Amino acid sequence: MAEAMIEFLSVTKQYQGGQPAVDNLSMSIDQGAITVFVGPSGCGKTTSLRMINRMVEPTSGTITVAGRDVSAEPAARLRRSMGYVMQSAGLMPHRTVLDNVATVPRLNGVPKKEARRRAAELLDVVGLASGLGRRYPSQLSGGQQQRVGVARALAADPPVLLMDEPFSAVDPVVRDELQQELLRLQRELAKTIVFVTHDIDEATVLGDKVAVFAVGGRLAQYAAPEEILRAPANDFVASFVGRDRGFRRLSFNSADSIRLHPAKTVDAAAAAGGNSEWALVLDDDSRPLGWASPRDGGGLVPGGSLFRPGDSLRRALDAALSSPSGLGVAVDGDGRLAGVLKAEEILALIEESRRLREEPA
Amino acid sequence: MEWFLANSGTVFGLAGQHFVLAVVPMVLGLIISVPLAQLARGRRALRTAVTTASSLLYTIPSLALFIILPPVLGTRILDPVNVVVALTIYAVALLVRAALDAFDSVDEELRLAATAMGFTASARFLRIDIPLSLPVLFAGLRVVSVSNISLVSVAALLGVGNLGVLFTDGLQRTFVTEVVVGILGILVLALLMDALLVLLERALTPWTRAAAGPTAGSAARMAAMTETRIHEGAG
Repeated sequence: MAEAMIEFLSVTKQYQGGQPAVDNLSMSIDQGAITVFVGPSGCGKTTSLRMINRMVEPTSGTITVAGRDVSAEPAARLRRSMGYVMQSAGLMPHRTVLDNVATVPRLNGVPKKEARRRAAELLDVVGLASGLGRRYPSQLSGGQQQRVGVARALAADPPVLLMDEPFSAVDPVVRDELQQELLRLQRELAKTIVFVTHDIDEATVLGDKVAVFAVGGRLAQYAAPEEILRAPANDFVASFVGRDRGFRRLSFNSADSIRLHPAKTVDAAAAAGGNSEWALVLDDDSRPLGWASPRDGGGLVPGGSLFRPGDSLRRALDAALSSPSGLGVAVDGDGRLAGVLKAEEILALIEESRRLREEPA
Repeated sequence: MEWFLANSGTVFGLAGQHFVLAVVPMVLGLIISVPLAQLARGRRALRTAVTTASSLLYTIPSLALFIILPPVLGTRILDPVNVVVALTIYAVALLVRAALDAFDSVDEELRLAATAMGFTASARFLRIDIPLSLPVLFAGLRVVSVSNISLVSVAALLGVGNLGVLFTDGLQRTFVTEVVVGILGILVLALLMDALLVLLERALTPWTRAAAGPTAGSAARMAAMTETRIHEGAG
């Protein structure tokens, strides 16, 4: 059991003349892990996050960080000890990217030169070219701005990172990239991260633990994402988690034991000639290009999603279901063909892992 | 032209006086307006009072103000202090609204982000609110500069030295050249002041030119310019 970094003790936030935004919340947040607050609008997830750095003051109850009551410290100093990333990156348009990243160290009195040197390092950490440091935020794309926002939050090397729907304003492809980048960073940095989102998919991808909030500021379930998908605590969680939860839960099942079959392949020139059955078209480097159709005299049909080493059963099943031939394409780390997957064998694996779970430990 | 060359010393002297009488109230107005706007920003009642008062102030005819002020301030009627005080009042009336608009133009999300990063209230005001409100504030200053330069000439009726003296004198002597030199002088002075303000703004807001396309600042400037056209009739 991991050590608790942040604790909520009977915390309530009530705005004048309304029902509580957060109602008697007690929970402890693990050190060095990503904890995701997820729930519909008005469930108090953002309010709860903002009470940690006192952007919102609780009506009653106590919040401690590393054992210390947050209300005991001056608010501005407390906030500098935590990184904060928000939905609109919240960058200062009149400062260069480098100076934006250097903000908190500068507030802490670090000399300008040293703060900028550290900021330049951080641009590299979040995967931005150092040349971008001299630009103004308006000259960056949304995804780049969000990376700068993350770099800025990390600049003072705080043990705690608060992230308020940081990726919800970027397009799905960039969001996926940023999520993977955050997981990569977290493997190196092991910060205590509290992450707010309304997207259950994002919650299950990122969270070591997920806290599902219900409207009215109640904590409906607080558990590992796999458990929330497998065993929702009540109807609210079940309906919030959604219809595809069975499929999504496969993300947590390893597909390492899946069997790869040899594939029938042709090169691009032969694909045009017509085939008696589906055949995989490869380039000169044996990377898959698509499928040669057995109908209407061949022709290249775009392939489905690819299954890579280490991917979950969800990816494996999706590779098979999205493939025009019904066979999922597996590739190695370099993107070269490794074999094909059969949907019925993936289903058999799923059934087997279910049986394994049922057996008493 | 001959008259101008013969009297260029006098004209330049009057222009200098004119310039000082226009600039000093503008600076004083700025020093008063920015804190006043900051104070009124978060307080709805004060904000309404300030904006209403500023509109009313601007409707007082300048000549009336030049005449009312000496007994109120205990100054002599010819004292340039009267002109400075009167124009400062007009400058505050214009700039307090410009400053409120300027502060409103600062993104609320950004202010939230600054708070979350650990800016104290004063640091946020100085390092976020002030620099980011410069584009809208400068739009206001440019209006005040033009307005002041035209209003200073009214003070010539009372005998306070400035380029307006060329009108009164030229009219009395029915000497058109002198009036024309006065008009051109005021025009050149107004253009010079405007150019100075534009250069100063460019130097202080390098980031506004980094973004491609029209920025929020230039849109706000357009709005401010349209609004002042309505005010100018009152002076």
